[in-house]
Amino acid sequence: MGFLWTIVTLVVALGLTWRYLGSYMAAVFDGRVHFLGAVERPLYRALGTSPDREQTWRRYATSVVVFSGVSFALTYLLLRIQGSLPLDPQHLGAVGPALSFNTAASFLTNTNWQNYGGETTMSYFSQIGALMVQQFVSPAVGIVAAIALVRGFARKESTTIGNFWVDLVRCLFYVLLPIAFLAGLVFVGQGAVQTLAGTVSIHDAMNGVTQTIARGPIGFMEAIKQLGTNGGGFLNANSATPFENPTALTNWLSIYLMLAIPFSLTYTFGKLVGSVRQGRALLAAMVLVFGVWVGFTSYSEHQGNPAVAAAGIVHQSTGNMVGKEVRFGDTSSALFAVASTQTSTGSADASYDSFTPMGGFGLLTGMMLGEVTPGGSGTGLYTMLIYAIVAVFIGGLMIGRTPEYLGKKIQAKEVKLAGLGSLVMPLLVLVLTAVAVSVHAGRIGPLNSGPHGFTEILYALTSQGNNNGSAFGGLSGNTPFYNVVGAIDMLIGRFGIMIPALALGGSLAAKNVVPESLGTFRTDNTMFVGLVIGVIVIIGGLTFFPAISLGPIVEQLSHGKFF
Amino acid sequence: MDDATQVGTAQVGTAQVGTAQVGTATKASGQGVARSRSLFDREILAQALAGSVRKLDPRVQVRNPVMFVVLVGTIVTFVEAIAHPSTFSWSITIWLFLTVVFANFAEAMAEGRGKAQADTLRRMRSEAEARRLRADRTEERVAAAELARGDLVVCEAGDLVPSDGEIVEGIASVDESAITGESAPVIRESGGDRSAVTGGTKVLSDRIVVRITAERGKTFLDRMISLVEGANRQKTPNEIALTILLAALTIVFLPVVVTLQPFGRFSGASVSVVVLVALLVCLIPTTIGALLSAIGIAGMDRLVQRNVLAMSGRAVEAAGDVQTLLLDKTGTITLGNRMAAAFLPTAGHTEEELADAAQLASLADETPEGRSIVVLAKQRFELRERELAPDHEFVPFSANTRMSGLDIGGRSVRKGAAESVRRWAVEQGGTVPEGLDEAVGQVARAGSTPLVVADGPTILGVIELKDVVKQGIKEKFAEMRQMGIRTVMITGDNPLTAAAIAEEAGVDDYLAEATPETKMELIKAEQEGGKLVAMTGDGTNDAPALAQADVGVAMNTGTTAAKEAGNMVDLDSNPTKLIDVVEIGKQLLITRGSLTTFSIANDVAKYFAIIPALFVATYPQLDTLNVMKLHSPQSAVLSAVIFNALVIIALIPLALRGVKFRATGSAAILRRNVLVYGVGGIVTPFVFIKLIDLVLTALHAY
Amino acid sequence: MLTNLRRSVVMAAISLVVFGFLYALAGTGVAQLLFPHQANGSITAYGSTLIGQNWSSPRWFHGRPDDTGPYASNPKKGIAGGDNPLFANGVAGESGATNLGPRSKVLLADTKALVSYWHRHGVDPTEDLVTTSGSGYDPDITPLDAVVQIPMVAKATGISPSALRHLVAAETHGAELGFLGSSYVDVLQLNEALAHLERAGR
Repeated sequence: MGFLWTIVTLVVALGLTWRYLGSYMAAVFDGRVHFLGAVERPLYRALGTSPDREQTWRRYATSVVVFSGVSFALTYLLLRIQGSLPLDPQHLGAVGPALSFNTAASFLTNTNWQNYGGETTMSYFSQIGALMVQQFVSPAVGIVAAIALVRGFARKESTTIGNFWVDLVRCLFYVLLPIAFLAGLVFVGQGAVQTLAGTVSIHDAMNGVTQTIARGPIGFMEAIKQLGTNGGGFLNANSATPFENPTALTNWLSIYLMLAIPFSLTYTFGKLVGSVRQGRALLAAMVLVFGVWVGFTSYSEHQGNPAVAAAGIVHQSTGNMVGKEVRFGDTSSALFAVASTQTSTGSADASYDSFTPMGGFGLLTGMMLGEVTPGGSGTGLYTMLIYAIVAVFIGGLMIGRTPEYLGKKIQAKEVKLAGLGSLVMPLLVLVLTAVAVSVHAGRIGPLNSGPHGFTEILYALTSQGNNNGSAFGGLSGNTPFYNVVGAIDMLIGRFGIMIPALALGGSLAAKNVVPESLGTFRTDNTMFVGLVIGVIVIIGGLTFFPAISLGPIVEQLSHGKFF
Repeated sequence: MDDATQVGTAQVGTAQVGTAQVGTATKASGQGVARSRSLFDREILAQALAGSVRKLDPRVQVRNPVMFVVLVGTIVTFVEAIAHPSTFSWSITIWLFLTVVFANFAEAMAEGRGKAQADTLRRMRSEAEARRLRADRTEERVAAAELARGDLVVCEAGDLVPSDGEIVEGIASVDESAITGESAPVIRESGGDRSAVTGGTKVLSDRIVVRITAERGKTFLDRMISLVEGANRQKTPNEIALTILLAALTIVFLPVVVTLQPFGRFSGASVSVVVLVALLVCLIPTTIGALLSAIGIAGMDRLVQRNVLAMSGRAVEAAGDVQTLLLDKTGTITLGNRMAAAFLPTAGHTEEELADAAQLASLADETPEGRSIVVLAKQRFELRERELAPDHEFVPFSANTRMSGLDIGGRSVRKGAAESVRRWAVEQGGTVPEGLDEAVGQVARAGSTPLVVADGPTILGVIELKDVVKQGIKEKFAEMRQMGIRTVMITGDNPLTAAAIAEEAGVDDYLAEATPETKMELIKAEQEGGKLVAMTGDGTNDAPALAQADVGVAMNTGTTAAKEAGNMVDLDSNPTKLIDVVEIGKQLLITRGSLTTFSIANDVAKYFAIIPALFVATYPQLDTLNVMKLHSPQSAVLSAVIFNALVIIALIPLALRGVKFRATGSAAILRRNVLVYGVGGIVTPFVFIKLIDLVLTALHAY
Repeated sequence: MLTNLRRSVVMAAISLVVFGFLYALAGTGVAQLLFPHQANGSITAYGSTLIGQNWSSPRWFHGRPDDTGPYASNPKKGIAGGDNPLFANGVAGESGATNLGPRSKVLLADTKALVSYWHRHGVDPTEDLVTTSGSGYDPDITPLDAVVQIPMVAKATGISPSALRHLVAAETHGAELGFLGSSYVDVLQLNEALAHLERAGR
């Protein structure tokens, strides 16, 4: 019953958020929100731009890439000179080059894959100044890229799709900052730590044990970590640790924050293209897939752990508790995990590696669907639109018209870009996984043996290729091989989709709008929702089925076998 | 349409019979170019079989990325089969090879139909000889092929018109059946919109002098040959887009399959190259890849079957996208001519009196309107055409008097435009009866044309000449509306009349008092709004609009200028066929989309056949995925490959005929096609792969 | 390009100041003002109520057998402390789980060892008591997890099982807002109450 109410309250809260945050974001990106005008204007002056100076898609994309490059360089630099910077109470020293490279790529791309243990590697300066900054900036870049693509649909015969710098500033100040600050207060109020003081040592006289407890400015980072679908926690065990995620309420809040922006952007999309129904169709596709995955993942986790059963605890009333926290329980942990893997957040309130085979299958395949249900901040929407374009193309042909989406004809150029955008991820993940399982440096990574070891590698490269950042933690990722391969995976996974998406925006913006008629392929009804889901599941399913069958499927079918 | 053969002094009285059959212009069976052949004509089959081998040339194959991958895969398995011979690897090799051959066969089949037609046309061209006029007006005989643009040639009864041209002198009846399949001769004369003649047609009577308008080798006939043959067929925009999607799907399945080797090795499984190639071929969209060009060619061919020549595939595709149809009122929406519908006598006169006078006034009027008055009088009051006393004199219609009639024995009967007849009657000393203006106004408001009849000074009443809307057209327009197509009636009538007819015919809009300029403006306005526009036209002054429209169908009876401006020519000169053209365009896209869906949906079953087979040796537990319970790993792989090859053959008729199209809303079409080709595409291979596996097992192949 | 570069540097600098330091410092300031106890780690005299510790003596209610605790099956040599977060996951100073897969032979062996550990102490363990958590220092157990340990604790402390049952009931926190997560017992708070009970009983 508790789980049911968890779902119900989330649905209600997210429903309201969808409506109001969605229209608020539409107003923000339309330039109709001004309460921070006094901050905005000097910023534009400092940047040497203004809201009425718009960019073509090429300029927009160039700005994205250059800004990302600078962010990357700065993050890398800060990690490398960590030892010489202040706010390092534990004197952790500089971070190594390969790890810095991987981490910079990771936070820049909104992945937040962590090949390090936070409390033993990163100083407070790095956590705040290098990592948390990117947790604000990288989702903002994703969101504005999505908005730019949406403008392509909304505009008619236009050469420009907005101004990257203006969009970025608006997104950061009007959307992310206020929500994160409010959520941060809740996290701290519930028990998340927020201090600049270092570790604390306590001797327990009753027990005769001395504990040294890691602390830090955690609570407010937690807020943006979830809200920006980042996922990179302050501590190694991420949201499983009570200092990041102290109660079931913060757990609920985390799930809510992860889903808030990605879902709401569909409303923003509808609003900007002038038909909320259009946004609702995409939302429906997202929710349906998400719901099914929540269903069977929670179910699987509730079935208990096969090894624990084999050890004699056959009846596991609290489900599979290996790697899970008591205060969350099995189903809520599964819900958190699905939200985290399908939003590109990648935070973890449990050990995903220890999920049941089908539970792990749920998480892995959730990412393999391309992070669109609802996907990451902005990235989810633009990738979803790419899939929708593929669906429109095939479906549109079936009604006998040159396919069109929101009145924009989908022709060779759009198909090329959508094809690129939807296939780059599977290609990348499969090829890099093949490399990893073929070379010694890759093969020694997994902790577990048998099919689960294969899954650990596949999961790592899927997670990074989708900019998710969650892990089957058993894989030893902090090696030169995985640091470099992972960084490549994350960078291509990010820009290999974002740039085609922006190009699509440019190409669509330039087109005239075909007026709607009875003969128009409808993109706001149940049929379309079904088609989009079909395309998502079929592209993901067909490309990953063989790999999956060697991982979790074999594991699931191996009754009574241990590896 | 003023085509003489169509007018044919239309059987006015039995107008209802002549009307019907709107939009089902498939009458061309067994005539002209569009010699309909059965789908698997023996001659074509033979040619196609030869063609499917000829097309194995890698230079041909490389143009189709999907099938090229299959060809390369075949070579790989061939090498493997030689290196490690086994029944299995040879079987796979053979069936992969057959997959390529089947694809070629499909294309060759589609081309074969066009080729056969082209041959017929070519024979016609080679026979022609011309009588060219020298500068001194003497004749010389030259081969038709030597004629240059601007030459003058003479054609007399029995001569073939040697090339396309324009009549500069004379009038003749011409048999155009060679081109159009229509056996009734048509009248061609110098000047106006009926001066064009086409090379290959035959002059039946009289003598004409023709100025050649076509460049050497670029006559209509030449163009027709290359069109039906598909000689320089270019990929259409949607075809290009689809090819890109298919290429992308092919590219993505390459790593899917190739990476299985390292994945397998990591898991301790050794994966055979032959099986991997088989899996690859099964996964890439071979079904649609094999049939794609056949579908395109067949679409053009279907148009030819209906006697429409599209100058490019692009035009056919555009037809499917059309959102606005501009339809000429006359000949398309209404029968060519107005017909007498009612006699409205003025006070003090009977209807019969009026009918009698009207018939008398129309006896000599050979226009369809005139004939219809005679017939109506006959129908209503058994008034027979009578023998006239020899002292009668016809008064023909003139632009000045705007009336016509008959003077007989001191009696003068006139019918004509209300204003003119009134004035004439008053001149004769008569008065304007009460209620006349009212009757005239009433008729005009109803969209009809009022003719006033006067017997000397006495005005007897009004004849209502009605535009007769073709039967069935209203339903057709309703269908169009369902499909989201807006119909606009183009007419020279005044807005009042136009509105009434538009209402009756059920068009969405009308353009009254249309001129070529307003027509052009309308097209541009629609296009500005993002719509694609289709129209028909035949006159020289239609040419700019035909060129501007996205789909411009020129009537074959029209001028050369019109035919060159449009991107389609309707050999039957039946403007209603525009509607057919739209449907064929849609059907073409639907067929492509549906088979693509089918092709992709098929992959699900193939996975369930091949993946367990691949790894069951390493992980016996994967046999659970063998949901079809296929006999052995080898029979499973082979069954999938055989299915993949045979499905191409099985779908050739569908590709050539096109997916069934019903004129309903997009939602209904989509639902049906998703169900049939999407869901069907998932289920079908499960059934057939299992059946093939059973057959293989029964044959003890495995 | 140069313009972009200049703008990027400006934007990166602004972000570093505003979204790094201003946000974190303002957050810390407000947190320390409004919620000083929580913001500093919910520290009590004996530890943090949010950080599980190793209770290896049968006199105390045990928490989850996180990681390398003495009653875990695979104590790492040279590493003391068990539930001590600094020594979790076999790596000094990091929180973390075992990350053993559901069909791991190691997990099977570990769990078997834990089951027999409890049996040695006369306890019929629940799944929480033989499985490690996600953080490596789960501070909580379920009320049932506490109840099954009562025979062990009663035997070691001499407190009556019924008194212990009342203690567990009193220390049980209901699910948050009545439906979020499950009801739980904070092991440190439970043992603090247990110590209090012992002192009072003496």
